[in-house]
Amino acid sequence: MPNQGGLPELAGVWWRRRVSDRSLTRAGRLWTLSALAQTIPLVAAALVLAALRPLTIPVGLILLAHAWAIPELYAARGARVLKPPSRGRRSPPEAERLALGLLGDLLDHRPRELQRRTGLVLERGRLGVWLLGEAGALLVRPGGRRVHCYCVRVPDPELPAADRIAHLLLALREDEVGFATVANLAFAGAPWRVRRRVPAPVREALAVALAEARRRPVQAG
Amino acid sequence: MSQLIRMDHTGHTVLAEWTMGDQASVDGAVARFREQLDQGYFAVVSRGEGHAEQVRELPLEAETVILRRPIAGG
Repeated sequence: MPNQGGLPELAGVWWRRRVSDRSLTRAGRLWTLSALAQTIPLVAAALVLAALRPLTIPVGLILLAHAWAIPELYAARGARVLKPPSRGRRSPPEAERLALGLLGDLLDHRPRELQRRTGLVLERGRLGVWLLGEAGALLVRPGGRRVHCYCVRVPDPELPAADRIAHLLLALREDEVGFATVANLAFAGAPWRVRRRVPAPVREALAVALAEARRRPVQAG
Repeated sequence: MSQLIRMDHTGHTVLAEWTMGDQASVDGAVARFREQLDQGYFAVVSRGEGHAEQVRELPLEAETVILRRPIAGG
């Protein structure tokens, strides 16, 4: 299927439907339903076993542990998208400095300051408020009740960290919907499930993005 | 003076600079631009706050044209 406008990378994922506000809402609900479908049977089985035969309480506890662990594993996968990738070697300091300068030129004052403190770039879009890292992006939906975590990167390990983010930022600004379509969804759920799994700088950036998503309605069109 | 910038392992590289009145600099920039597109780079121009546009011809009026690599789902 030819790329019908938008991000050129869409040609590489021609089988995917372009995301929309509605499809994101649906995907978020499906993630919640999926988590419930996996945990409720385990909890129910633990309770039934305990009620029928108290001797099976240890087995029930194992089931409850599974019911707790499965959603936690999903949330951990989501939190990892903003973690810098482990690389064999870092770029030379001069390259990192140059890349940081270029990235700073692309940002307004407040996002630039946030990027310097946290390493993440905040960008407001039509679908919500984005946080961009070296190898992933997190979208805070309007209202701030749900986040979508995406694995997305520029597949060139030689690039400095700031350049990797600048690549994602430019692609996002070119075509936000295309960007969300090309990226792989790793997790969708409540922000608190991600927040408690990320380091302090990422928590700070997430708090700013949540406040931004709650404060102003997303621009139409 | 407009610039054609490529994001690469050095941080970034200025590949060409041109001014509208200097045809030689324009020709040189256009040649470098096409060469980079042939190598798989995408060219992007900032269009106001939060917007960027992919271009397939060198926009001579642009202050800065940035070349980026394709992105992919991880």
